[in-house]
Amino acid sequence: MTTPSNAVPESLNQQGIDAQRIALAPLSATRPLYWSIRREIWENRSIYIGPLVAAAVCILGFLVSLIGLPRSMYDASAHHMSPTGMLAMPYAHVAWVLILTAFLVGIFYSLDALYGERRDRSILFWKSLPVSDFTTVLAKACIPLVALPLITFVVTVALQLIMLLLSAAVLLLTGAGAATMWARLPFFQMEFVLLYGLIVLALWHAPLYAWLLLVSGWARRAAFLWAFLPVLAIGAFERIAFRTSHFGRLLQDRLMGFAPDAFAFHTPDGLPVDPHFIPVAALTPGRFLGTPGLWIGLIFAAIFLAAAVRLRRYREPI
Amino acid sequence: MACIEARALRKSYGTTVAVDGVDLRVEEGRILGLIGPNGAGKTTALNAILGLTPYEGELKVLGRDPWTARDQLMRDVSFIADVAVLPRWIRVSQAVDYVAGVHPRFDRAKAEGFLAKTTIRRTSKVRELSKGMVAQLHLALVMAIDARLLVLDEPTLGLDILFRKQFYDSLLNDYFDRTRTIVVTTHQVEEIQDVLTDLMFIDRGRIVLNCSMEEFEARYVELAVSPDHLAAARAFKPIHERQVFGRSILLFDHGDRQQLAALGDVRAPSIADVFVAVMGNQSAAAQGAAR
Repeated sequence: MTTPSNAVPESLNQQGIDAQRIALAPLSATRPLYWSIRREIWENRSIYIGPLVAAAVCILGFLVSLIGLPRSMYDASAHHMSPTGMLAMPYAHVAWVLILTAFLVGIFYSLDALYGERRDRSILFWKSLPVSDFTTVLAKACIPLVALPLITFVVTVALQLIMLLLSAAVLLLTGAGAATMWARLPFFQMEFVLLYGLIVLALWHAPLYAWLLLVSGWARRAAFLWAFLPVLAIGAFERIAFRTSHFGRLLQDRLMGFAPDAFAFHTPDGLPVDPHFIPVAALTPGRFLGTPGLWIGLIFAAIFLAAAVRLRRYREPI
Repeated sequence: MACIEARALRKSYGTTVAVDGVDLRVEEGRILGLIGPNGAGKTTALNAILGLTPYEGELKVLGRDPWTARDQLMRDVSFIADVAVLPRWIRVSQAVDYVAGVHPRFDRAKAEGFLAKTTIRRTSKVRELSKGMVAQLHLALVMAIDARLLVLDEPTLGLDILFRKQFYDSLLNDYFDRTRTIVVTTHQVEEIQDVLTDLMFIDRGRIVLNCSMEEFEARYVELAVSPDHLAAARAFKPIHERQVFGRSILLFDHGDRQQLAALGDVRAPSIADVFVAVMGNQSAAAQGAAR
């Protein structure tokens, strides 16, 4: 038992802690969010391992393709046929592979985010700490909407840089047009377009991830089925009842509909833009921001996330 | 200010009433033992107090409504739920980092100090630790939080007797400082008898007994009596009677110690004995009412 003599140092200690608490107060708004995001990355290592593995596969494939590079450089300089597009093709392909990887990782992450913590009962531990449900859901939404695009960007830039250096080395050794490549591959422009594309994609896909997060917080089992079967059911019902497929087109638009608004696939003179190399001039952020689809999607995302926050308050281990 | 204050607290799941109109007031600086059979509503009541479940009625914990202000409340309240709930994937160092990151009143050095007394390695994942070690880790995290209310729901479930003893010792010596409040539920009643300042029996969602340990000791008296004095002892209306080695042990509520001492050996009953008596009478009364 504590003796009364302990009372004095105890109260001093109390004052010290109060002072410490005052010092920490201004920080406390963002600190829980920062640590919650870190905690997500600790738990779900696929967030960075997925893109890294995809990058490793790309590098291997690219190494094999290097054998034919001097030959195609020769063709490019001989025929003058969209050399930039052709040169940029492998770079575009690896970027697409990484974007697709991040998309899949994001889907599976979101489906488990609010489900896993209930299944392993750890929700009781997280709820024993002064982190609000809002902060928790926000941190989980930040993974597919901020963390994954950022990781995709960093890994892709590093990957493309390695590819560039490798091909420069091969071309220098064989003496076939290293200068042509340096001149015709606008590396920085490529990375800028990638960053733009990732932001566009995150904004456009936000309602998809938010929906998956909501289902993961709601389902007591088989979150995957709950997320996808209702969508399939609505589509099937519409098809059978009205022989139309508006819902299907809506979904397709939600997946890919960002492209015609965010990019101009024709130059002002009506020439098609090679999708392997989209120049900065072909970016249309103004048109993208003016698309009702973007804002409607974001409103839905906000509604889904708000529902997920509200739901988590009621959630207990399953 | 009362640490916990509840009026007509009620919680039902469908037709099952888990907590049935409980009035409750726990002052600061008390160690309250919440004792009851399985399914009595202990955990539900604690969940309401911790903001984990919605409820009907009025409830204030440290002046806040736990359901709407859980995250603010958790700055001043910490709890260990009925089984180890630390996520299995987390590393010991990560758990300490995370709590230090999100909890403004967490004392990292204190937690490290507790952990140094154990054999837990910082690089281990929770899934690699034994059950006892997980409990030690959770305890180290919770005891390093300068909380005003600590709630322990079956904290020593599944742990060996040595560890259970250690647990309550460190709780008293390293944590309790007479300003904090501790609410604990356990089935190992005898282990916390000396720890508690207050006692509450709960059965079928209702409070059956609510008293301080001083009141408990003054109120209940046990008498061991040989068969020839049994009839005389029974005249004092014991609330419970059992046989041990040919002698009868009678339990009295508000018994007169001097009169009883003339009939046999008077002693202080354990919480467990009173619990059995009170609960036995409860269920008999309930059955009587049902008929």
